[in-house]
Amino acid sequence: MLKTFKTGGVHPPENKLSAGKFIEVLPLPASVFIPVSQHIGAPSIPVVKRGDVVKTGQMIAKSGGFVSANIHSSVSGKVKKIDSQIDASGYMKQGIFIDVEGDEWLDEIDQSEELMKEFDLNGEEIIKKIQDAGIVGLGGATFPTHVKLIPPKGMKADILIINGVECEPYLTSDHQLMMEKVEEILVGTRLLMKALQVERAVIGIENNKPDAIRLFTEKAKEYGHIDVTALKVKYPQGGEKQLIRAVTGREVPSGGLPVAVGAVVSNVGTSFAVYEAIQKNKPLVERIVTITGKEVAKPSNFRVRIGTPISMLVEAAGGLPENTGKIICGGPMMGKAVTSLEVPVTKGTSGVLLLKKQESKRKNAIACIRCSRCVSVCPMGLEPYLLMTLSEKQIFDQAEGNRIMDCIECGSCSFTCPSDRPLLDYIRLGKGKVGQIIRTRKK
Amino acid sequence: MSNILTVSPSPHVHSGDSTKKIMYRVIYALIPAIIWSVFVFGLDALRVTFIAVAACLAFEYLIQKFLMKLQPSVTDGSALVTGILLAFNVPAGIPWWIIVIGALAAIGIGKLSFGGLGSNIFNPALVGRVFLLISFPVQMTTWPVIRQAETDALTSATPLGILKEGLISGKPVSQLAGELPSAQDMLLGITGGSLGEISALLLILGGLFLIYKKVITWHIPVSVIGTVALVAGAFWLTDPQSYIQPVYHVLTGGIMLGAIFMATDMVTSPMTPKGQIIYGVGIGVITISIRLFGAYPEGISFAILIMNAFTPLINTYVKPKRFGRK
Repeated sequence: MLKTFKTGGVHPPENKLSAGKFIEVLPLPASVFIPVSQHIGAPSIPVVKRGDVVKTGQMIAKSGGFVSANIHSSVSGKVKKIDSQIDASGYMKQGIFIDVEGDEWLDEIDQSEELMKEFDLNGEEIIKKIQDAGIVGLGGATFPTHVKLIPPKGMKADILIINGVECEPYLTSDHQLMMEKVEEILVGTRLLMKALQVERAVIGIENNKPDAIRLFTEKAKEYGHIDVTALKVKYPQGGEKQLIRAVTGREVPSGGLPVAVGAVVSNVGTSFAVYEAIQKNKPLVERIVTITGKEVAKPSNFRVRIGTPISMLVEAAGGLPENTGKIICGGPMMGKAVTSLEVPVTKGTSGVLLLKKQESKRKNAIACIRCSRCVSVCPMGLEPYLLMTLSEKQIFDQAEGNRIMDCIECGSCSFTCPSDRPLLDYIRLGKGKVGQIIRTRKK
Repeated sequence: MSNILTVSPSPHVHSGDSTKKIMYRVIYALIPAIIWSVFVFGLDALRVTFIAVAACLAFEYLIQKFLMKLQPSVTDGSALVTGILLAFNVPAGIPWWIIVIGALAAIGIGKLSFGGLGSNIFNPALVGRVFLLISFPVQMTTWPVIRQAETDALTSATPLGILKEGLISGKPVSQLAGELPSAQDMLLGITGGSLGEISALLLILGGLFLIYKKVITWHIPVSVIGTVALVAGAFWLTDPQSYIQPVYHVLTGGIMLGAIFMATDMVTSPMTPKGQIIYGVGIGVITISIRLFGAYPEGISFAILIMNAFTPLINTYVKPKRFGRK
């Protein structure tokens, strides 16, 4: 029996159109827009000004607090301005505009592809370097990695889980990275284990990627203390809490951190970034992005510099299909629909998905027939139908009592609702409001 | 760009399932029992089904359009299901105008007075049936003779009717057993009763289809049928002369129809598996109490309606197992 999480879950069609497509390098854009807030936590503070000449890999904004991350220039060139532009969130966000001139990297960065297995840093040094390199969770949540590696006092991790699940339909960036950079990911995993002082790591991969499971099972032997666990395909298994449950059987307590049950989760892309930061001195200036969609001429996986407008990805994949009705940064279950192709690729952009017009519009919601499917698919054991009603009627104390803040916004409820009700939309609104109430209560 | 983009929050994909598809799956599951009713009761069965369905659809349309001033939603399939289930719960020989009154009670009182699909507390078809049973007790218990019976009589009795009358007049079960159809006949449906309730086998087949298609789960049917068997069995063990074997209780009357198709009505049953089991056990206990000690020979309609009333309470107190909570 393959392992999986116990509560809820759905099986959206996988549509992994770009599976097996080798990672190509996307050409440099003419200019980039690098937002100062690409992570969870405080926005970074720009340390360059208009007219400054920057090199690739140079820090251009420093972390704005402990839960924040440094940002580095992904290109070389001249800072055009520091201004606001719309990003994937739909809001105007401050960022640094750089006109690209050549591609001159900082001298200390090793751009070679040579595999560097050995390291002799201690845990603190590793964490320091990860923090300096501006690494955040690349699975999409963009939580600063160094914060995860320093557990609160009194807590200790005993297992590192590497997330190779990629349960979002369409996306293949993690899968392809796993196929091409297996050793680098394993070295990155060793580095993370050292930083966390744990003796054991498990790489969780869903069973729809048998090639990656085989490859990792074989290669992991050489590294020791790293196991590979094949998981039954089920969304949202890539969710941190679901993955911990699937791999270890432990349940992260409501409102608690994963490390409360001794687990720390890191994405395969993050492990690769950790490898590059420590073994190659390379800060986080690029990532793998899937560009896909049913009418996209060439669904592909690209290595893309942070700040590149997604229009360049769309061009590289054969142009915008006539019939495009929706552009999504991320996957179809949790990604964000964007308003323009000028939105930049950021640290958290795992894919760009173009939906056909017919797939873009929701159907009109009709009455809830209490079929209880939302309850049975909720991976957090909540009652989405009830939370929606409570949010709609603004009964926030009851929404809180019914654990609205436990919602991970995976979208399984809305996906499955036969009456097309906007369950998650209302739950998000309710969460925002309940979050506010909780914060004011604490003051 | 000539395109106008849609911007909406995630998720951006949908399972493609719809309320309408769910309703139609219930209808497909009922078709074998409809065909069997025609085989047993002749064209009268079709006549009753047709009138019930047409009346339910018509009342739904007229009330929504002219009284509630809403866009009628007759095409969602729910009134169709109510119509068929109402027909299944009446004798095949019932006059047409009684069916129409039943349809008005089901759709008008049972469903639309609460606000329509999804808002009703009680199962609409059962509201219709119980309304008729109380208003027209004679017509509602005049059972036509089945075509397979070798008799000249014009009306017959249901197995539960025979049992109730017999026990009241003081006959022991052993004497009554000869008057009852065999368990095999009751399983197959060669027996008298309401139009759609007679063939336990075909109703079970329909139920398996619904479970396979994930329209219902096993929790309600199994807990209802299991409870009936257990409670009836306990009484039978204590006094086999006053109480009949549990297999008769399970196979006769509306247990299968009620447990599989009526109690599982999504709108009026609890949301969590644990809640559904509490609800099912409640239905089983009330049904068997009415059958053994009540005035009516059959009690599942009342039992379901009573437990329907408890559903909001069950939903309030029986919560799913929250992730990360002991």
